[in-house]
Amino acid sequence: MDLTDAGNWVFLVMAVVITAAGLYTVTTRNVVHAALALVTAMATAAAIVIMLGGEFVGWVIVLVYIGAVIVLFLFGIMITRAQVGRAPSLDHGGNVRFMAAAAAGLMFAAITYAVVELFGDATLPAEGVVRTADIADSMFTRFVIPFEAVSFVLLAALIGGIVLARRDEQ
Amino acid sequence: MVTMLSSAAGTLVAAEEVALSDGGALAQYAWLMVVLPFVAALVITLYGKKTPKGGAYIAVASVAFVLVYGLVLLISHWANPITHTENFNIATVGQFDIEWGVVVDGLSIMMYFVVGAISTASFVYAVSYMEGDVRETAFWASFSLFAGAMLVLVSSANILQLIVGWELVGVASYLLIGHYWEQHENSSAAIKAFLVNKTADVGLVIGALIPALIVGSFRFHDILGAAVEGNPGIVKYGFIIGLLLFIGAMGKSAQFPFHVWLPDAMAGPTPVSALMHAATMVTAGVYLLGRMFPFYNSVAIDVLPIVMWIGGITMFIAGLLAIVQDDIKRVLAYSTVSQLGYMTAAMGAGAYTAGLFHLFTHAFFKSLLFLGAGSVIHAVHSNYMSDMGGLRKYMPTTFWTFGIGSLALAGFPLLAGFFSKDEILASLNYASSHGTPSATYVMWIGIVTAFVTAFYMARAVFLTFFGEYKGDPAHEPHESPAVMTVPLQALAVGAIVAGYFNVPGIFTPFTDWLSGREFAPGDHHPESFDVFVLIAGTLAGLAGIAIGYNFFFADGESQKARDSRFRLPKPIHTLLVNKYYIDDLYMLIVEFIRRPLANAANWLNGLIDAVVSGTGILTASIGRFVYEGLDQRGIDASINAIGGGTGEAGAALRYLQTGKVQQYAAALFFGVLALVAAFFVWTSI
Amino acid sequence: MTIAQFAILGGLLFSIGVYGVLVRRNAVLVLLSVELMMTAVNINLVAFGRYFDNIAGQIFSLFVIAVAAAEVGIGLAIVLLIFRNRASANVDELDLLRW
Repeated sequence: MDLTDAGNWVFLVMAVVITAAGLYTVTTRNVVHAALALVTAMATAAAIVIMLGGEFVGWVIVLVYIGAVIVLFLFGIMITRAQVGRAPSLDHGGNVRFMAAAAAGLMFAAITYAVVELFGDATLPAEGVVRTADIADSMFTRFVIPFEAVSFVLLAALIGGIVLARRDEQ
Repeated sequence: MVTMLSSAAGTLVAAEEVALSDGGALAQYAWLMVVLPFVAALVITLYGKKTPKGGAYIAVASVAFVLVYGLVLLISHWANPITHTENFNIATVGQFDIEWGVVVDGLSIMMYFVVGAISTASFVYAVSYMEGDVRETAFWASFSLFAGAMLVLVSSANILQLIVGWELVGVASYLLIGHYWEQHENSSAAIKAFLVNKTADVGLVIGALIPALIVGSFRFHDILGAAVEGNPGIVKYGFIIGLLLFIGAMGKSAQFPFHVWLPDAMAGPTPVSALMHAATMVTAGVYLLGRMFPFYNSVAIDVLPIVMWIGGITMFIAGLLAIVQDDIKRVLAYSTVSQLGYMTAAMGAGAYTAGLFHLFTHAFFKSLLFLGAGSVIHAVHSNYMSDMGGLRKYMPTTFWTFGIGSLALAGFPLLAGFFSKDEILASLNYASSHGTPSATYVMWIGIVTAFVTAFYMARAVFLTFFGEYKGDPAHEPHESPAVMTVPLQALAVGAIVAGYFNVPGIFTPFTDWLSGREFAPGDHHPESFDVFVLIAGTLAGLAGIAIGYNFFFADGESQKARDSRFRLPKPIHTLLVNKYYIDDLYMLIVEFIRRPLANAANWLNGLIDAVVSGTGILTASIGRFVYEGLDQRGIDASINAIGGGTGEAGAALRYLQTGKVQQYAAALFFGVLALVAAFFVWTSI
Repeated sequence: MTIAQFAILGGLLFSIGVYGVLVRRNAVLVLLSVELMMTAVNINLVAFGRYFDNIAGQIFSLFVIAVAAAEVGIGLAIVLLIFRNRASANVDELDLLRW
């Protein structure tokens, strides 16, 4: 990593933060803390994405993920009466943990290996900020079909959610 | 008168060559006669049980057709002599053609007529006689088969076909003699007939093969042609061939020493005896001699004296045996043997026409006598003359037809037998002064036999129809139905009339008929009566009748009284009753051969059995091994293992399904990792 | 800035998410970890979109966000129903489809 580049320093800081947040999310015994750590992770992710030139995507992350999804999570936590505060054990025992760690570790190794093999020291292009207008153009011309499909998915999810969460009439 | 007497002896001339025609469509379709009885036999076999009287009418129809066709052929032949041969090639083996031929010439036409006439009479008679029989359908099928086989024999154009017909009549004879096989002696009689014939057939077959090999063909036309032209091979072996063929003829025509089967063959139903063992089958031997006559006359002329003597011996010894028989059918059987001896002797004396003329007339009166005997037996329910007597009161039609037949047989003047027997004696006389001096002795034997013949027939007639009825007085015999008496009357007409077809010097169409063939043999037939023979023969016959009357006729007298008057010296009587012990001699020979043969056959059989059972045991053990070892333990076990294994695997693997989604996810991730690793490895190789 | 560092970062976060999915007992927390994985994917998409100079990366990232939102909605609805039935959000108890 070229440390003369200021971007790299920023990247490094954000990487550390997001990693820590992620780790905290998956290890803490406090459910609400986990959700909030995820908020942190997502915020950092948004920052990273903005750094990569995806300004629109970054703000959508903040809006949708943090604004809606995490809130939804918090509602879910509330309704399922998860123990607020420390819960005795939210995780599986030792065996499972080891196996999961192994899976995760191996996956990381595989990905890293693949990336390094393929891309090595390839650098990102210097100019890369994407204009929202371009996104809009692309979305509604070239990617209009996936757009419509996703609209369907959202509709289905909406209706499904309502149907599922309805109380049965006794 | 004197000139007539003196010229009598020297006026035997050879038959003229006649102009032969083809015969047209009538001759072309003559094969229908041969085929139709076989068709009838087949139809009866398949459908006989469903038709009335077991198919009798079908059989009668087929032989009636043969009669009509034969008669038409005869009349055409009389007008215009026919000689026509159809040959049909079946196969070719090496140099030999196996053919089927139908000959239409004088000899064959005469035989067609005889077969047709006597068959029709016997068949019609049998419709009533065999009614209600235990095996009616089988009888009619066999009887039709016989008719067809006999026609095959007399129509054969090649000697191989003749042998086929010969054997087929033997088969039919076996089936019919053994018709009532429930009694052991009947089936034994059938076997005896078959075996004696078969023994003689050795001669026939070898005698047929030798000329065929020399000439290269089985056809009569070729063989006879080779003989007449003097083919050196045929000339060299002519004697042997002639002798062997005659041995075959001896078997079928019951000449000494092959005569033993004919009396026992009386075990069959009477219509069978009438047709087969009087008129047709037994005459096959004489027919063969007739067919091969050009052969005998040219290259085998030295065999003829042997033929004559055998005929002479046979006629005499058989005649004597007829005197002591109580069974009326046996009397007739021995009479048949005796008359066949006459025919054979005639052929042996070179009298082609006389021998065959006697065949012709004998067919009529002998079958008449047999059918009459059947009628009597039917009424009295016994074969034995000691159970009969006085039947002329109860059965008049049978009586006078039987009487006519007996008189014809005895040679009573102006009946059929008179003419034919006289011609034979005349021919013998002629032969004795023309190259065969020993013929004189045979002629005298013939005259004495004429006496004996008349004597035993008189005895038979008087014992049966005169005197007291010796059967059960409660069951009076009655005349047979019309279906049985009409054939008797028809045959009686034949017995009277048949003789007039060959009156020497006056009216001889029969001679012309017979000479209408290829290679017409020059035989000797009298131009006019041989007076000496005529008188001697007639006297002998009348003497026989008279002496028979003396001994056996007595209205109102008991059998005992009659028996006491006629008594042969004891040793002679014993000899005759035991048939000269010939049968016992044969049985001795047979036993001598039989025992070692039977033992050898038994040993061989045991060997074969051992092999077969060994194979069976081996196969069974192989089967067991394959079943238990391979199938049960091998294949089944492996299949069961697969099934069981699958079950076990399933039982083990199901624990993977814990229902816990996280574990599934874990498996998923690990799987992906494995794939990735594999991919890496694969791309780096 | 190399592409590798962003990709590796994405991979790291993804792996952490995997760990979380496999280890957590609470259904909600499992979904949370899934969200972490989605975030990692987003980072990856955008990074590669920048690298290849293709706008599709960002567009698909938007789609991923939308679908993730939908999925969370449904997922939580299901968790809610389970909770109503069993008064517990423990995934270990959801093993009715076992052998």
